[in-house]
Amino acid sequence: MPPPSALAESAGRDTSAVAPSRPRRTRRVTLVAGLIVCVALLAVVSLLSIAVGSKQIPFSTVIDALRHYNEANTDHVIVHSLRVPRTVIGLLVGAALGLSGALMQGVTRNPLADPGILGVNGGAALFVVGGIYWFGLSSLTSYVWLAFVGAAAASVVVYLLGSLGREGVTPVKLALAGAAMTAMLGSLTTALLIGDVDTFDQFRFWSVGSLAGRGSDIAGPVAPFILIGIVLALVSGRVLNALSLGDDVAKSLGQRVGLARLFVAVIVVLLCGAATAAAGPIGFIGLTIPHVARLVTGPDYRWILPYSMLLAPILLLASDIVGRIVARPGELQVGIVTAVIGAPFFIILVRRRKLADL
Amino acid sequence: MATAEAVQVITRARAARQARLLLVIVVLAAIVFVTFCVSLSLGDFKIPVIDVVKTLFGGGDKATEFIVNRLRLPRALTGLMVGAALGMSGAIFQSIARNPLASPDIIGVTYGASAFAVFAIVTLGLTGVAVSAFAIVGAVLTAFIMYVLAWRHGVSSYRLILIGIGIGAIATSLTSFLLTKARVEIAQQALIWLTGSLNGRDWSNVRSMGITLAVLAPLTVFMVQRLRILQLGDETAYGLGLRVESSRLGLIVIGVLLAAVATAAAGPIGFVAFVAPPIARRLTRSPGPAMIASALLGALVVALSDLIAQHAFGDTQLPVGVVTGVVGAPYLMFLLARSNRVGSGG
Amino acid sequence: MENLVEHSLAADGLAVGYDQREIIHDLSVRIPTGKITVIVGANACGKSTLLKTMARLLKPSRGSVLLDGKSIQSIPTREVATKLGLLPQSPTAPEGITVADLVGRGRYPRTRWIRQWSKADDEAVAAAMTSTDVLEIADRPIDELSGGQRQRVWIAMALAQETDILLLDEPTTFLDLTHQFEVLDLLVDLNKQDDRTIVLVLHDLNQACRFGDHLIAMKDGAIAAEGNPREVITEEVVQDVFGLGVKIVPDPVAGTPMVVPIGRHTTRADAQPASVSSAAAALAASAAANGVCRPTDR
Repeated sequence: MPPPSALAESAGRDTSAVAPSRPRRTRRVTLVAGLIVCVALLAVVSLLSIAVGSKQIPFSTVIDALRHYNEANTDHVIVHSLRVPRTVIGLLVGAALGLSGALMQGVTRNPLADPGILGVNGGAALFVVGGIYWFGLSSLTSYVWLAFVGAAAASVVVYLLGSLGREGVTPVKLALAGAAMTAMLGSLTTALLIGDVDTFDQFRFWSVGSLAGRGSDIAGPVAPFILIGIVLALVSGRVLNALSLGDDVAKSLGQRVGLARLFVAVIVVLLCGAATAAAGPIGFIGLTIPHVARLVTGPDYRWILPYSMLLAPILLLASDIVGRIVARPGELQVGIVTAVIGAPFFIILVRRRKLADL
Repeated sequence: MATAEAVQVITRARAARQARLLLVIVVLAAIVFVTFCVSLSLGDFKIPVIDVVKTLFGGGDKATEFIVNRLRLPRALTGLMVGAALGMSGAIFQSIARNPLASPDIIGVTYGASAFAVFAIVTLGLTGVAVSAFAIVGAVLTAFIMYVLAWRHGVSSYRLILIGIGIGAIATSLTSFLLTKARVEIAQQALIWLTGSLNGRDWSNVRSMGITLAVLAPLTVFMVQRLRILQLGDETAYGLGLRVESSRLGLIVIGVLLAAVATAAAGPIGFVAFVAPPIARRLTRSPGPAMIASALLGALVVALSDLIAQHAFGDTQLPVGVVTGVVGAPYLMFLLARSNRVGSGG
Repeated sequence: MENLVEHSLAADGLAVGYDQREIIHDLSVRIPTGKITVIVGANACGKSTLLKTMARLLKPSRGSVLLDGKSIQSIPTREVATKLGLLPQSPTAPEGITVADLVGRGRYPRTRWIRQWSKADDEAVAAAMTSTDVLEIADRPIDELSGGQRQRVWIAMALAQETDILLLDEPTTFLDLTHQFEVLDLLVDLNKQDDRTIVLVLHDLNQACRFGDHLIAMKDGAIAAEGNPREVITEEVVQDVFGLGVKIVPDPVAGTPMVVPIGRHTTRADAQPASVSSAAAALAASAAANGVCRPTDR
């Protein structure tokens, strides 16, 4: 029976890539080696993110600031209270976006599904705008909770809508309900923005997605959510593998499909909601990094997930560094840079490699 | 070899399909017409719907004729045509990509148009027709780049979608960048354009939109037959003698142009291209792209939304794009909840 | 289907590949007109590629496929579609399409923009659905059908095309044994009714011998052996093409060659392998004597 998947056409062609032509063990060794390379890259990028900024600080001073912190030294203070928390947030947000993207595509079996499709970004945006409009809120810390609550509320509604009807939640219904909800929330958000210049003025900077000015006061509240989310996400690889074979096969493999979807959706909200709360809506990473990971690993989610978790912060932090350098003394928001750097790279990958199907 | 009885079974099956299709189209057309007349009757000066209909068919008094034909008709007509164009464009893209999420809003074309238009508004300080021109150029250029990049021994729809996402992401981030750099008043003006608005549309808009649609709509209907074959997958389509690549290219060109002219006329009104085709398919129970029904539904969503945007909020007139989501989304959700079987295809 | 003209299909010096990898090298073959030809071979030997190339889905890098003596690439594709039909391995149907609608789409190459749909089209669809026995399910959406029914519907679509030549890529995959034979019997019926030329790729050698008039055994992108099943399927050829040691005995029902793989685990504690071939021979003899199925039937 031909799989009803929207993208079935490429499935037939790529069977050769899936079939273990090499012995399984060498493949695993390669994949583990790849993960180690990713970790190393991530370490380098993190270090750079601490070392490079709009104010030029010698590398030795940076190291010094990390090892023997001296409060009297302005450079030390910059490293310690600005760059380190910013890098930590970048790591957390990146990992969260990469993972939630992979989870979302796995659970909807749709390559166009980014974590925002659950309504996370739309809900967060509406609540932030509402907060600015009605309560005059203006600090990033106050946005965090608004965004998180908005994201959670929107995704609960989307999930409930997607589960209406006789056969419960299906990937397509979830995707359509999410897209519909996002459009609706977007409409409401715009309605508020059009009526009020001041609100729009604040919102437009939040909505680009940025790591700038995020200190430990932001990292603190979101970190627990993201860390819990990461742990849960990494153990859900097996579940996603089963779901990716279609509902029928998944059921026959003993998977409780409805429960599995709910579980994954909850993790997505934890991760993506917290990430959006911390850095604003950054759409591109969650959408594309899982595709890149899949090109490396093939269709096994037990590998896609860790790769997504590592590749995403590499892209995010690297973009953030570039954003700090190119527009000195100002900064380019990371949301803009990720797309401009990441997209061409993504397009080249899409063109060069045979595409692994979902 | 086939008995008369067998032929009858086939004829009846086909007639039943067509009857349903026709019924849906007639009912939709009637609803669109009623909405249209109501929107012409409302405003600062209310005109009874009866008089509106009379005026439309050339029988109203001078004042009514001025208000209806001069002031209100261009806007309403532009709305209908924009909606129809978006509905057809969405149906084409969703069928080609076999993916219900692949409306032109999502795969980059409208993002390209938006980036260009915002550039025109924010950086060059342009307004009106000049912005529309930029939007068209942006849409066509984006689509062209997408197609070229996706070409590799032919275009697979999967690759096209992914590349569309990539290009769309760049365009969106450029748009946001321009918005953060602009003076806030200008940025807000750009935001209104980005939302999609029918404010102040006159007969010149109707003419340009009408002429393009007069060319594109018959072409679309002509290509539907090929689209129906393309849906069977590339191999089967080849086997049936369809020139697959050129048909796909032709369809993409038409879909892009439809989206481009609609965007140029009213800004990137979101959601119409996305929501009209699935509703049309479920109403007509058609497996293929229900093109005419999609066009009518697109027109209906825009007309209804503009009615609400203009008159539901007292003195504040919202841009139509704010309302399309609120109007279309609940109905789509209702259909989703009701339908017993929902597959994955578009 | 009254006035079918006999069409011929052949390949001449064919070389085909994807990207850099060449899959078929310098292959020439003539498909016997009005017969059932079965292409067999191990996985990845190029049999599907050959079929797709003959259906002009793939463009050869060298050589050409000849339809009625003319290069198939030079004939307008729609014209080809009136002579040659193809059923791909896993065709995709749009969601919710009904059986009658899907079969009707097989009429695409016969319709024109001006001349939309006629009585003749209805008749062709009805005939195709009658002969594949799917008329009763005309209004059912195809996603609700069983695998066997669905495959028959796809064959009906290819039949509605009213082509003289029909190419099928593994039409029996995903089907249970009953449905496999149902489909193959149907193909024989079609071949007998109007001398249709049928080319199919099959995995099961015994079915290939039973239903094929002509066998093409492929190995590494070339033809290893070709001809009547009795001549082609020998222990040496199977060893060469599949790398599998086998015994060949007469099919007890049809008398055609039957392949019994030797494999590594040939004996089970409770069976005596020695008696198998003699038992089969006896069965075949009795079958022939009783006239159950004479191999000369076709």
